[in-house]
Order: sequence, then C-alpha cells, then structure tokens
Amino acid sequence: MMPDLGKYAFEVLSSYAASLLLLALIVGLTVWQGRRVKRRLAEVEARTEAMSGGRADG
Amino acid sequence: MSIWEYANPKKFMQTSAWALPWVMGLAVLSLVAGLIWGFFFTPDDFRQGSTVKIIYLHVPAAMMAINAWVMMLVTSLIWLVRRHHVSALAAKAAAPVGLTFTVIALVTGALWGQPMWGTWWAWDPRLTSFLILTLFYMGYIALWEAIENPDTAADLTAVLCLVGSVFALLSRYAVLFWNQGLHQGASLSLDKEENVADVFWFPLLVCIGGFVLLFVALVLMRTRTEIRARRLQALLARERLA
Repeated sequence: MMPDLGKYAFEVLSSYAASLLLLALIVGLTVWQGRRVKRRLAEVEARTEAMSGGRADG
Repeated sequence: MSIWEYANPKKFMQTSAWALPWVMGLAVLSLVAGLIWGFFFTPDDFRQGSTVKIIYLHVPAAMMAINAWVMMLVTSLIWLVRRHHVSALAAKAAAPVGLTFTVIALVTGALWGQPMWGTWWAWDPRLTSFLILTLFYMGYIALWEAIENPDTAADLTAVLCLVGSVFALLSRYAVLFWNQGLHQGASLSLDKEENVADVFWFPLLVCIGGFVLLFVALVLMRTRTEIRARRLQALLARERLA
C-alpha cells in the first residue's frame, strides 16, 4: 500500500509529518481556546445573572 | 439583506454556529481525500521523482498564507473605515492560522529545495519576501497581545497589516519581475489553458479546496472565541465596577 518513495523518502515523509503536526496543533489550539473561553463566559454569565436576580429579589 | 448584518456579533454567532459544522466537515473530507489521493495514487514526476508529492501541501499552504493576509487586509480596512468590531476580531483570528500555513510552506519548500535545488534555503526574492511575511505575521500577533485597549490594538494592527501587504503581494508576484530568483513561476493559474499534468492537477485542486475550507472553518471558530472573550472582558469589567 505504501508507495515507493525511492531516495526522496525522508524529504516526502518529513514534509507530510511536519505539515500534519502543524495542522493538528492549530486545530487543537483553536478548539482548546474556544472551549476554555466558552466555559469561563458561562461561569461569569451565571454569576452575573445570580447577582442581578438576587438584587431583584431583595 | 446586507453583508453588514454580519457585523452584528449576535447575527455572526447565529450564522457561524449553523455554518461551522458543514464547513469543518467539508474541510476534513476534502483534505483527507486530496492528501490520500496525492500521496498514494499519483505517480512520480519524471524529473522530481517522489518529491512531487510535496506539491499537495506546499502549494495550498503557500497560497493560503498569502490569501489569509489579503483577508486580514480587507477586514482591517473595514475596521478602519466602518469600525465594525467583528471585522477587527476576524483579522485577529486569522493571523495564527495564516502563520501556520506560512510555516508549512517554508518547511515543505525547504524539504523540496534540498534535493531539487541542492539547498534548503536561498535568498531568492520570493523566498525572502515570504520569510518577511512570516515575521509580519509574528509581529501582528505580538502587537495584538501587547496592547491592552482592544480598539487601539485593532487600529495599530490594521496599520501593520497594510504595511505587511506589500510583502504578501511581493511573495506572490516577485517571481514575475525579479528574474534572478531560484523559485519557479506559478505552478497553476486560472488563465492558463493547461497547468501541471491532470494526474497531479486534480488531487491538487482537492487539496487547495481543503486548505481554503479549513482556513474558513478555523477563522470562524477563532472569531467566535474572540467575540466571547470580548463579552467576557466586558462582564468582568462590569463586575469590578459594581
């Protein structure tokens, strides 16, 4: 299944490995940052809502 | 309906939430299909041997590295002229993605250049302007992080983006008017009747489509995060004042 890359195997395989690693890094970083900010925003929104609800009740 | 509706963060969040899974799904599908097709099912080139398989990464990455900067230029201009925050945040969101594509293009270019040109690097006009574009990407990201006031950061990074556009254009067109370079002309062009041989051209088109879609998906995701982060900062500031 693996194609015969001949004497350029190192160059071709390194190109694919480095590129896929970099793509995985940027996708992973984007997802991680997105989740972190979403979670933090939900916490602060819940706190803000509770505070304003508490004030309205009081 | 006007395109400026999407300058409203709420409208942008609604539309992007609907579009994102489709764009990301299509991006993954076309990238996987294009790279598998290119790597496993295309022949070696009679001159380049198996290094021709690097084209499926290098060309789309280099293309998108330049186009990402052009997208940042357009959104920066919209920010400077119309003061739409979503557009400034979209420019900010695109920069790390563009930088990643730039690094991929540089790494794969060096790996291809060593066996084909006999050197990893040459101070060729196209390569040099591309390296300067990489530095502009880094400077742009650093400038956003360095300035606390988001509107001032958006203003200054927009100006930096305008200056960097010279190098984005040079990376694309230097090969046409500087003849002493090592880098060959464009491998493909819409106005040419024939580009590279069809056996390489079709998987390359699929890979280009994959990179474009991945860029759009990542920029949508990152812009959504930036909008949420902006709202988070506003709520925290309000809490501190209360």
